[in-house]
Amino acid sequence: MTTVEQNQELIKEVLEAYPEKAAKRRSKHLDVYEEGNSDCGVKSNKKSVPGVMTTRGCAYAGAKGVVWGPVKDMIHISHGPVGCGYYSWSGRRNYYIGTTGVDTFGTMQFTSDFQERDIVFGGDKKLAKLIDELEILFPLSQGTTIESECPIGLIGDDIEAVARKKAEETKKPVVPVRCEGFRGVSQSLGHHIANDTVRDWVLPKADEYRKLPEGFEPSPYDVNIIGDYNIGGDAWPSRMLLEAIGLRVISQFSGDGTFNETVMTPLAKLNLIHCYRSMNYICRHMEEKYGIGWLEYNFFGPSQIAKSLRKIAAQFDETIQENAERVIAQYQADMDAVIAQYRPRLEGKTVMMMVGGLRPRHVIPAFEDLGMKVIGTGYEFGHGDDYKRTADYVKDGTIIYDDVSGHEFEEFAKQLNPDLIAAGIKEKYVFQKMALPFRQMHSWDYSGPYHGYHGFAVFARDMDLAINNPTWSLIENPWQDK
Amino acid sequence: MRQIAFYGKGGIGKSTTSQNTIAALSETQRVMIVGCDPKADSTRLMLHSKAQTTILHLAAERGSVEDLELDEVLLTGYNNVRCVESGGPEPGVGCAGRGIITAINFLEEEGAYEDLDLVSYDVLGDVVCGGFAMPIREGKAQEIYIVTSGEMMAMYAANNIARGILKYAQSGGVRLGGLICNSRKVDREIELIEALADKLGTQMIHYVPRDNVVQRAELRRMTVIEYEPDHPQAQEYRALARKIEHNTNLVIPTPISMDELEELLVEYGFMDSDAEYQKAIAADKAAASV
Repeated sequence: MTTVEQNQELIKEVLEAYPEKAAKRRSKHLDVYEEGNSDCGVKSNKKSVPGVMTTRGCAYAGAKGVVWGPVKDMIHISHGPVGCGYYSWSGRRNYYIGTTGVDTFGTMQFTSDFQERDIVFGGDKKLAKLIDELEILFPLSQGTTIESECPIGLIGDDIEAVARKKAEETKKPVVPVRCEGFRGVSQSLGHHIANDTVRDWVLPKADEYRKLPEGFEPSPYDVNIIGDYNIGGDAWPSRMLLEAIGLRVISQFSGDGTFNETVMTPLAKLNLIHCYRSMNYICRHMEEKYGIGWLEYNFFGPSQIAKSLRKIAAQFDETIQENAERVIAQYQADMDAVIAQYRPRLEGKTVMMMVGGLRPRHVIPAFEDLGMKVIGTGYEFGHGDDYKRTADYVKDGTIIYDDVSGHEFEEFAKQLNPDLIAAGIKEKYVFQKMALPFRQMHSWDYSGPYHGYHGFAVFARDMDLAINNPTWSLIENPWQDK
Repeated sequence: MRQIAFYGKGGIGKSTTSQNTIAALSETQRVMIVGCDPKADSTRLMLHSKAQTTILHLAAERGSVEDLELDEVLLTGYNNVRCVESGGPEPGVGCAGRGIITAINFLEEEGAYEDLDLVSYDVLGDVVCGGFAMPIREGKAQEIYIVTSGEMMAMYAANNIARGILKYAQSGGVRLGGLICNSRKVDREIELIEALADKLGTQMIHYVPRDNVVQRAELRRMTVIEYEPDHPQAQEYRALARKIEHNTNLVIPTPISMDELEELLVEYGFMDSDAEYQKAIAADKAAASV
């Protein structure tokens, strides 16, 4: 049997545990990639099957945690009961430069802390008061976003009216984001909703809000970094590379970005987008409205970095293209050294991945640079276009799982017995107890950055640390001897 | 302790009917009225006041219901009837349904339900959301009386309420006690409501005729029982009260479809049939083309 056939059998076997209806629904989300196909053959962006464990988040998580949260000099209010804000507090490791509590607020948590009274009588007056108080406490904040939690959608608080009034009073942007968690099937809708608020509440007034840096002159090399959330500092080595090839990054949206950078975005010549899933909406809008093109790139691992730098440089003149070649050559020796050190220790090791926006495909070449093989991958909340793009990255026989359930992931892991599982915090301890080395691919397991040449060195070291840790030889798979 | 609730379309005379009936019941029983309407007009005939201070109004002022004392919101009215109003938010904001839940939970925790023979809930309009069904959920009102009249929308609401009761009858123990016809002096009203009651699997427990003495009493913020205890209208309310007191005809309702309801109205001449409708439209067209 070929790997494709074997894995197709495995999928059938795993589905057998479900009741008929659930098995039928889930079967559409699982497939094996066959060489030459232009797609991964799975359905996606559908409601999770009730009763199975899913790792998905909600619209609020997508809007606040992912898109708006990293804008560091704004105050992001979790509007509703305290839990949503508290349990998502500072969970994404979006690094930033600034003085927290003075001019930046990234690791702080603001909530309207709903009580029963606010549900019954509405929370809009409290929200208005909260914004007034925050203005007094944090006068250097550059604006506010209001992220609705579930109850807001039920009691109908008019957060748009509050936003308009407070924006007028404070002369700062106040952006209402209707990202009630029950909307949509995953955090993905929250990304879209948040993108739409940039389109509807921020960009139309960009000229009014924008504070141009002193002596600012437009240049043909102005670009934006879109959809790099600076997890563990990812955006910094990325920015360094872009600047090294002669581009001027005028805005980071939203990792380590400011509100002013957000309103600078329409001045760029090109949008460079890393996380396509969460930010493609605003890129498409800016293309339509301002004629700014957008380009996806991948800064994981030296092969893709070189490819992406050349692709980006091709959008500009020869100087930039020459710079790109020079930069690639400049880092070659470093990268060779990293690979020489780690590849022998990682060669042939297999990985199963399951992550969010772009990583289930983007990280594959970084593993391959280290001689590793990704044998299974899937997205929490990907759409059809993500799986289409994934086809360019995966190899024949790779098992593809969309919104994989706890049962499926565990069974696949038991049968395929990978050397590493690369997923999130919810899965981490389950697999470690199964004696499988694990790395978190959302938070980089409190490490990072993983982007750019600098990031690859960290990535290679971390994978080695996880896989070759002698601890694993002391633990047995609980099912191994049975 | 028995717990009953009055439901019905807004403006049907629910609060008036319930307070007059309670006044009559209070002649033999210890009663508490729990008003579940943000308008807070379920107790004013008992207290001779415009509207009493509501649980939620005071809670909003103080910060939370935990800051209230029971005696601030539980007042004693005519014939020692205990009166409390849940209150609610101003129109267009917040969640009135959740408000009712909050208020009833407060009353339970504070021991308002002690030393009583009967608790009566007076609930706003239709069962539009979960909050308004609170009084018919398990452990609360066990008998529901629907105030209605021979008007299309009142009957529509009555049927909707029956659907709410059906839902909770299966999970809890709530039953429909009957329809109270509060007369609008519509032709064949009694027959129509009896026919509806029949369809819903219940009874028309009483027909309350229309009498101006009700308005005269209301002007003085009183029930007829208090204002003119010997008036024939007072006897009608007493008759209703006795029927409720001794009612054993408690059923799980069998709500009907919109089509069935319309058929009923056509049958009793409250609505024209489809054929008549088509005829009228055709006649209009013919007139227009001349």
